Amino acid sequence: MSTRQFGEAIERNADPALLRGEGSFIDDIDLPGAFHAAFARSSVARAKIRSVDVSAAEALDGVLKVYTCDNIGALDAPLPLLIPAPDLTHPRTQRPLARDDVFYVGQCIAMVVAVDRYVAEDAVRLIDIDYVPLPVEMDLEKAVEDDAPRIHADVPNNVAGRFCVETGDTDAAFAEAEHITRIKIRLERSTAAPLECRAIAARWEAVTGELTVWDGTQATLSVRGGLASLFRIDEDKVRVIAPNVGGGFGQKIMMFHPDEVLVPLASMELGRPVKYIEDRVENFIGASQERTQIHTLEIAAMKDGRVIGLKDDFLHDTGAFIPYGIAVAHVSSTSIAGPYRIPNFRVTFRPVYLPMVQVTPYRGCGRPHACYAIERAMDQLASELDLDRFEVRRRNFIGKDEFPYPREGLIFADGLQVIYDSGAYEETLNRLSEAIDVEGFRAEQAAARDQGRYLGLGFGFYVEGTGLGPYEGGYIKIHPITGKVYVNTGLTDQGQGHETVFAQIAAEQTGARVEDVIVVEGDTGAFEWGVATFASRAAVCSGNAIHKAAVKARAQIVEAAANMMECSKEDIDLRDGAAWVKGTDRRAALAEIATATNPLRYAFNEPSKSATQFAPASRHDGPQLAEGRTPGVEATDYYSPPHATWAFGAHAAVIEVDPELCTIVVKRYLCIHDCGRMINPTIVDGQVMGGIAQGVGGAFYERCEFDEEGIPLNANFMDFLMPYATEVPDAEIMHSETPSPLNPLGVKGVGEAGTIPVAQVYASAVEDALQPFGIAPIREAPLTPDAIHRMLKQASAA
Amino acid sequence: MARSAMRGTALGQSPDPRVAVSMTVNGERVEREVSPRMLLSDFIRHELGLTGTHVGCEHGVCGCCTVIIDGKAGRSCLAFAVQADGADIRTIESVAGRDGTLHPVQQAFRECHGLQCGYCTPGFVMSILDYLEDNPDPDLSEEAIREVLSGNLCRCTGYKNIVAAFRRSAELMRGSQ
Repeated sequence: MSTRQFGEAIERNADPALLRGEGSFIDDIDLPGAFHAAFARSSVARAKIRSVDVSAAEALDGVLKVYTCDNIGALDAPLPLLIPAPDLTHPRTQRPLARDDVFYVGQCIAMVVAVDRYVAEDAVRLIDIDYVPLPVEMDLEKAVEDDAPRIHADVPNNVAGRFCVETGDTDAAFAEAEHITRIKIRLERSTAAPLECRAIAARWEAVTGELTVWDGTQATLSVRGGLASLFRIDEDKVRVIAPNVGGGFGQKIMMFHPDEVLVPLASMELGRPVKYIEDRVENFIGASQERTQIHTLEIAAMKDGRVIGLKDDFLHDTGAFIPYGIAVAHVSSTSIAGPYRIPNFRVTFRPVYLPMVQVTPYRGCGRPHACYAIERAMDQLASELDLDRFEVRRRNFIGKDEFPYPREGLIFADGLQVIYDSGAYEETLNRLSEAIDVEGFRAEQAAARDQGRYLGLGFGFYVEGTGLGPYEGGYIKIHPITGKVYVNTGLTDQGQGHETVFAQIAAEQTGARVEDVIVVEGDTGAFEWGVATFASRAAVCSGNAIHKAAVKARAQIVEAAANMMECSKEDIDLRDGAAWVKGTDRRAALAEIATATNPLRYAFNEPSKSATQFAPASRHDGPQLAEGRTPGVEATDYYSPPHATWAFGAHAAVIEVDPELCTIVVKRYLCIHDCGRMINPTIVDGQVMGGIAQGVGGAFYERCEFDEEGIPLNANFMDFLMPYATEVPDAEIMHSETPSPLNPLGVKGVGEAGTIPVAQVYASAVEDALQPFGIAPIREAPLTPDAIHRMLKQASAA
Repeated sequence: MARSAMRGTALGQSPDPRVAVSMTVNGERVEREVSPRMLLSDFIRHELGLTGTHVGCEHGVCGCCTVIIDGKAGRSCLAFAVQADGADIRTIESVAGRDGTLHPVQQAFRECHGLQCGYCTPGFVMSILDYLEDNPDPDLSEEAIREVLSGNLCRCTGYKNIVAAFRRSAELMRGSQ
C-alpha cells in the first residue's frame, strides 16, 4: 500500500461541525409543532400507590394529555428482560408507568404532554400522588437476610438468582495450597453522567404509517426491533436514528427507559412530534447506574507466591429491577483472574434487588470490580508472603508464549468460552516499573518522609475482554458522480471517532482520501443489520466488517481500473482518490471508475459521458451490465468474532497524601495500554485518557449517595463530585501493540480500558503513602477524604 | 392502540404571559416576545435556533451553556432571557469565519483532539475564547491552564487534550495578531 491510512494520527472528520456549533444532538433537531413531555416521578423509594390524581394537571392550559398506567393500553406491562439467563430465577423489570407500587425514587408514574416543557413541568407538579410508604433496606449485605424487607414481595432475600462459574478444580487447589489470603472489598454506586442527558423525539406519520424516532441510544437497531415488537408495526416502518450523541458510557445501551416507549406512543396518539429531553436531576434518579459490589475473595497460593486457586463470593446491587440481566455481574465473575494463570477458580454471586434505579452496564461493566478485587488481593498476598508487589505478579502472569490461553468451562458475556488470545503481560509490567523508576521512587519517598511528606506508589494490571459478538456489518459504495466513498454500519457513535477510524479502514483499501469517506451509522434507515455499541466492540466488530467489505470493493476497483487503462491488475496502485498504473502518471479517479462500472443512459458530466450507451468505451455485444455483474463499486460483508479478544494494560501513579487535610495530589500517572494494532493512535490515546478520568472519578470522588429511606442525597452536579480539569492527572500514556490473531485487522477494543484499574492504582498508592501510620489495608472505592480520615483515626486508636 | 385521536389539533400555545425582549446576538439585533420565565439558554436555542449552545445541567455547574454576555463568559442556563434584555451576546455560532474557517481556538481543539462527543465543546471554546481575548499572554503552566478550565466539565476527554488545545489556542491567537 503506498499511502498508509491505517495506523495514522489523522484528524477527525466530525470535528469541524461540532466545533462550529453545528452538531445535531436530539434537542437541536427542530420538529415544527412538537409537543414536550415531562414525568411525574416517585418521591419515595418503596411504597404502595393509594391514588394518582391527574385532574388538575389535565385541566391546565397548554396540556395535551396526561398518561398513567391506566391509559397506555398494551404498554402497561413489564418492559422486556433483554438478556435472559438460565439461573436468573427471579427476574423483574419495570412497567413504563408505575402500577400500584413504586420501587425507587425517580420511577415514572405519569407522563404529561404539553405545548412546551415549562407547562409540562407545571402540570407534573399538579399531579397528586398518595403513597403508603413501605420499609426499605438500603444495605446490600442486610438486604439478603431472611428478615429484610422485600422489594418484590415474591422474591425471597431480594435475590434475583444464584450463580456459580468455575474453571478447573478449585477445592483441590485449596487443599494443596500452602497459603490462603482472604480479603473483602466494596465498590460503590456511581453513574455514567454523559454530558448530554438521555433524549428522545418521535414523529408518527399517519399517512405512511411510519414512525421515526430520534433516540440518544447506543443501540438504534435494537430499539427499532423493540419498538416494532411493542407497537406491532413492521420493522421497515420504524426508523431509529441516533444523531450526534453527547456521550453514552453504557448508560445509553439500556433500553427501554420508560420514555423510549411512551414518547412514540404519545406521538402516535396526538399526531404530532413529541420530545422528551431528560434533565440532569432526572439523569441522576431515572437513568441506569452501576458499580456496587461486595466481594469476599480467597486466593490459594504456594509459598513462592504462585496462585493456584481462587474463590470469590460476591453480592451485586442490581437496583430495583434487572432488565439487562446479569451482564455486569457476569463480566465481573469471568474477569476475576485478570492476567494471572490461576487455573482453578470458582465464583458465586447473587444479584440483589435494592430500592434504587436499575443497574445496567457503565463503562467497564463489571471489570473495574474484578480488577479491584484481584489486584487488592495480589497486593495483600505480596504483603503476607513478604514478596515485592511487582514480583508476585510476575510469578503469576500468563506468559507471552502461553497464548491462546483458554479457561476451560468459563463462558464469557458473549456466550462463548473465555480464551485469552494474545498478550505480553510481564513485558508490559517491566516497562511500567522502569518508566516509573521504582528504585528512584523509593529514595524519593524516604526523603519526603523525613520532611513529613507522604508519597505512595500504586499500580494495577488489568485485562479486558473486548469486541464481543454476535456480529456487525459493513457496507461500502463509491458514489458514481463524486467518487466519494460511502460507508455504513449498524452500530452508533457517542464521540469515539468511528467516522474517522472507519474511514481510515475504508481508505486504506480503496485509496480514497480519509476526508472523502462518508461514514453513516446509528440510522436504521441506512443499514439494518447489526447490534449496538457496547463492550469495546466497535473497532473490532464493525471495523473488521468494513475492512472485509473494503477488500471486496478494492478488488472491484482494481479490476475496473485495469480494464479502463488496459494494464494488468498487478500494475494498479490505489492512492489519493485514484487508481494509478504503477510507475506512470496514468490514472483513473475513483469517480471515473465508479461511473464506468455503472452503465448510463444520461450524461451529467465529463466522466459520465464515457459510460453512456453510445460512447465508444461502453460498446458491448451483449447486455451492458453483463449477466452476474452488479453496477458500480459496492460491497457488503460481516464480521462475527470467534470469541472476545483480550486487551490489557497497566497503570501506575505516585500520589502524595496530606494526612492533615486527607487530600491527595497525583504527582505522576502512567499508563501502558495494549489494544492490538492501533487504527488511529490519537483516538486511542483519547479513549484511554477519557477512561482514566472516569476511573479517577470512581476512585476518589464520585458516589451516588442515598439515605436510609432510599432518598438520593447528591443527585446533581453540585453534590456529585465529577472531576474537573483540576482533579484529573495529566497521564503519560504509552502503548504496546500485540495484535489479536482473531481478526483480519489484528485489533482489540479500547473504549472501556482506561477506567478499569484506576481505583486499584489510587488505593495501592494511598496505602503505600500512609504505611508509616499503620493504616489498615484499603478495601473500598471511592476512597474520598472522609475515608482517609477514618482510616487514619482508626490507625491512631489502634 | 388509539392513534392520532387528536389529529388536527391547532398549534398549542403556552398560557404564560409574554414580555418583549431585545438584544444583540452575534452582532444581529433580535426582538422577541417570550415568557418571563424562559431561560436565556432556551431563548438562544429554541427562539433563535442557535443550537450550538448546549445545556448539560441547568444548574450552572457543567459550563456547556457558556456564552459571552457583554464581554464576559457566563452561564446562559442561570439567567432568564428577560434579564438579558439589551445585552450583547456571542454564541459559538459567531466564532468561525463566515465561510466556516475555524477560529484559532477551534482549530486548536481539532489539532489536539480536544473533543470527543462534542457536547461540552462549545462551552469550553467560549470560556477559552473569553479568557484569551482578555489575557493575550496567559500563564501556560499546567496548573494555571487547568485552573482556567475548571469551570467546565468534560466527560469524554479526561481534559489532557483540552489543556493542550488551550496552549495551542494561545499560540495560534498570538500568531494571528
